[in-house]
Amino acid sequence: MESFLSRYRNPLVLLAVVLAQMVLIAVQVRRPVKGTDGRQTRLARYGVVSVISPVERAFLFTGHGIVNSWHDYLDLRQVRAQNRELQAELSRIRVEEASLAEDARQNGRLQKLFAFQQHYVASTVAAHVIGTSGTDLSRVLYLDKGSADGLRTDMPVITPDGVVGKLRDVFPHSSQLLEINDPTSGLGVILTESRLRGILRGTASGQTEIIDILPDEHIRPGEPLVTSGGDEIFPRGLPVGTVDRVINDPARNPYVAILIRPAVNLSRLDEVLVITQTSDTIPTTMQQDMATSEQKAADILAQRLPGAIAPPATGPDGKAQPPVDVNAPPPPVRPPASLHPDRYTPGATPPAAQLTPGAPYSTQTFAPPTAASPVAPASEAKAGSAAKKIPAEKRSSTPPAGTVEIHTKPKRSAADSNGATPAEEPRN
Amino acid sequence: MAMQSSRREMEEHHFSLWTLIAVPLLSVFLQAYLPLRFPHFGLVDLPVLVVIYFAVSRRSPIAGTFFGLVIGIIQDALTHLPLGIHGIINCILGYLAASIGLRIDVDNPGTRLMMNFVFMLLGSVLQVLIFRRLLGMHVEWFWLHELIRAVVNALIGVILFALLDRLRQRE
Repeated sequence: MESFLSRYRNPLVLLAVVLAQMVLIAVQVRRPVKGTDGRQTRLARYGVVSVISPVERAFLFTGHGIVNSWHDYLDLRQVRAQNRELQAELSRIRVEEASLAEDARQNGRLQKLFAFQQHYVASTVAAHVIGTSGTDLSRVLYLDKGSADGLRTDMPVITPDGVVGKLRDVFPHSSQLLEINDPTSGLGVILTESRLRGILRGTASGQTEIIDILPDEHIRPGEPLVTSGGDEIFPRGLPVGTVDRVINDPARNPYVAILIRPAVNLSRLDEVLVITQTSDTIPTTMQQDMATSEQKAADILAQRLPGAIAPPATGPDGKAQPPVDVNAPPPPVRPPASLHPDRYTPGATPPAAQLTPGAPYSTQTFAPPTAASPVAPASEAKAGSAAKKIPAEKRSSTPPAGTVEIHTKPKRSAADSNGATPAEEPRN
Repeated sequence: MAMQSSRREMEEHHFSLWTLIAVPLLSVFLQAYLPLRFPHFGLVDLPVLVVIYFAVSRRSPIAGTFFGLVIGIIQDALTHLPLGIHGIINCILGYLAASIGLRIDVDNPGTRLMMNFVFMLLGSVLQVLIFRRLLGMHVEWFWLHELIRAVVNALIGVILFALLDRLRQRE
């Protein structure tokens, strides 16, 4: 027996070590622990992460420091042009956001009506990616923030482009992020156009796909998909990616699989946002931003299109007028005041009683209109009862303050409607 | 047997304790950090190459087994997978590398290239077996990908082994 052990000592040691690890794997796979790992394995992971993470963090920030110094110098040379571009883009986005704000409010009202609870992102924590798992079989990343920064297990992680994954394990000063392209991840998604729902999963090769889809579904490449909120981890409506192509799934015949191109480049992540809190109302900061955008959008439009927006409502004493009642009937639409009034200017034609039949225009005895008083007072004094019924403020061609002026074609006269062609119309 | 032992003692290389601790840790660190900057670096498996190197240098199958166990568990701890997957793979590779180191000249670059190529392919086979048989997970096998991975690792291994040779302690 002793000779057998000494003779086969090496393979026996190998066998014992391999068997011990098999048992270890079996225990970990079998144990139904809520959350992530058992206490012992978590301790082992924590020990290794505690050794590796500080080095990774130091490397990252040293490297960032050097690279940033060089980039700062280069950026300084382009900052003015870039600033102009950003200002223009910001203006455009402000206008867009203002136009969307009302839709968002209406959406909120409708959701309340249907008792649907929408979750908005209320607060986030920015984190740097400091490391990977080191193997393609495990698509996890390490972040430089942990439970000390308010992070918890299962918190969703995003970038401005879209969804990245969720926190799988959180240590005091670092955390493990499971990416959406890992085979063990799952994410409830909805296709925005076909309204098809599914679960997004990762594959062993690092792709993302939705499986168990019937082949008769009408899905076209390029269709975007967003989070459905059904997994109770990710808020609804975050961008996830677009449909790449639909392929046959031989493992699950007759179903097909939809390959998804993630909105985020998962292999090149530097900074991410961890959603630490969601709420069922629009956050205050977002409301303030929407209000700012609406105000800025009005200013931008007023600058670019001075005629499209009326000046702010002020009274004769310069004080602000009370807001216009939106329920009141709209004022009649009137053409704007002309800069150079002539006989064709609306309101300039005298009543028929004042005109002499057959006399040329130059010999008519009414006063031509002026910019200050478009309608001649003389003709007004002698006008018939119909003219007297028109209130003075309605005869003014200047629209009331606080209203938007709409430019319309003037109505055609009776002569025009009786067959006068544009060629026959008098010209100035 | 006596001849083999004397040859083994003659060709057994020694390293300082710091080297035996720092080099594996550095390999695990680089393996975790470099894919952030170079996404294709995931194709390389530095810790396995380090296991193979120290196993063939020490020429002790038991030492190679435990060396593979420790590095494999550290690798596993950085993933979200059960501890022991890389441990098993590295144990077996360390054992085999040390056993080969007793029989052939592993200082020759050509031999190192072939040895690394074969060990990397074997590591991939073991990995797929563990995933499919032990964990019940579906992992596909792509021949071309595994061949490219083995070739790349074999080439990097030759360079890495030459660098690590400089850390040997002189008798």
